[in-house]
Amino acid sequence: MQVPATFAYERAGSVPHALELLDRYGPDARVVAGGHSLIPMMKLRLAQPEALIDINGLSELAQLSVEDGELVIGSMVRHAELLAGAVATGPYPIFEDAERVIADPIVRNRGTVGGSLCQGDPSEDLAAVFAALRATAVIQGPAGVRKVPVREFHEGPYETAVGDGELLLALRVPILDGAGSAYEKVERRVGDWPVAAAGAVLQLDGGVIARAGIGLTAVGAEHFCAPEAEAHLIGKPPGAEVFAEAGRIAAEHCEPHSDQRGPADYKRHLAAELTRRALARAVERI
Amino acid sequence: MRITVTVNGQPYERDVEPRLLLTHFLRDELDLTGTHWGCDTSNCGVCTVQLDGVPVKSCTVLAVMADGHEVTTVEGLEKDGELDAVQKGFVECHGLQCGFCTPGMLLTARWLLDNKPDPDEGEIREAISGQLCRCTGYENIVRSIRWAAEAEAKS
Repeated sequence: MQVPATFAYERAGSVPHALELLDRYGPDARVVAGGHSLIPMMKLRLAQPEALIDINGLSELAQLSVEDGELVIGSMVRHAELLAGAVATGPYPIFEDAERVIADPIVRNRGTVGGSLCQGDPSEDLAAVFAALRATAVIQGPAGVRKVPVREFHEGPYETAVGDGELLLALRVPILDGAGSAYEKVERRVGDWPVAAAGAVLQLDGGVIARAGIGLTAVGAEHFCAPEAEAHLIGKPPGAEVFAEAGRIAAEHCEPHSDQRGPADYKRHLAAELTRRALARAVERI
Repeated sequence: MRITVTVNGQPYERDVEPRLLLTHFLRDELDLTGTHWGCDTSNCGVCTVQLDGVPVKSCTVLAVMADGHEVTTVEGLEKDGELDAVQKGFVECHGLQCGFCTPGMLLTARWLLDNKPDPDEGEIREAISGQLCRCTGYENIVRSIRWAAEAEAKS
């Protein structure tokens, strides 16, 4: 039987209350949202926070909206809600592609967007999605609200820009007119973490690629993105050869590790191939 | 910590440690052992219950998180002495063998049909994709859920 170590439990009634609680309990407090990453780690005693600050009641963080040309995804939006919202209204099918293969429907009912990002797992799907989309993380702390580009959000495995006493409020995604997007993942079985996965966002102007975003996960890509491959695409007409070359460049700049999900060379191969496929599918959707 | 959780329509007030998991709260505090306890890692789905009408894996939810909320377990599916259509479906189509995954399967099936009364096979398989049947009896589980959908469409 797996049981977490003892901890104090506090339920936040508002964002200021959550910040006050974080301040009161100090660096050994952790925020809990869906709990589907943190609670298993606590059961294995890999995490032993002295206090949990429960933000499940903060409905103000559970909104999915469009503001000033940006899609605003609250940190408490659950995976199932993002999937439903993405299907119904989203300008970005990349969310639907990714959410359909994140964990399973029951876990998606509980796990949250903010929790996934703050966990900072090196194989997190949404980290690659938001990196491809060049999203911005909105973080509140005692000193006020600050914005951090998602490409600077992850500071290392399980380390993020959200500091002690701070709370991730939302992700803001610029809505690009006429952009196409897609996410491609290889997993060993339903609900598993990716062996490798790639997301792509493309916008054309006058028949050539004007903007390109490539996100990669589980392959040791720095900040979950592939800037060298993106640079290769800019100004070129979309096509099989240019996409294959972008995939090759993306794979060259990854640092995958061999583990139970596969050897490093296979993951590097997947990084190239999935980048190519994601780009091809993204351009079809423009 | 003092909590009140409404389970199958009845409020229960208990003093619990914050680290108590919802699965164990249901099984050990309320003696509702229809909710099973399996892998303990939110993979197998045998601990699935409905929290405010939505299926969740109760081994990864703290009991204190259910304070003030409504939980439905397999014991709450039967109404006025009559089995729910999904339970009848599992009986009619031999939807269980050892029965270990069955309570969780039933609660997900109920949620699926509440939201999508006429699911096709693919939609049923996707809905139960986070739940493992160790007897590998998926064919009959899918048939059972289809049976319930058709029975409810007729009634």
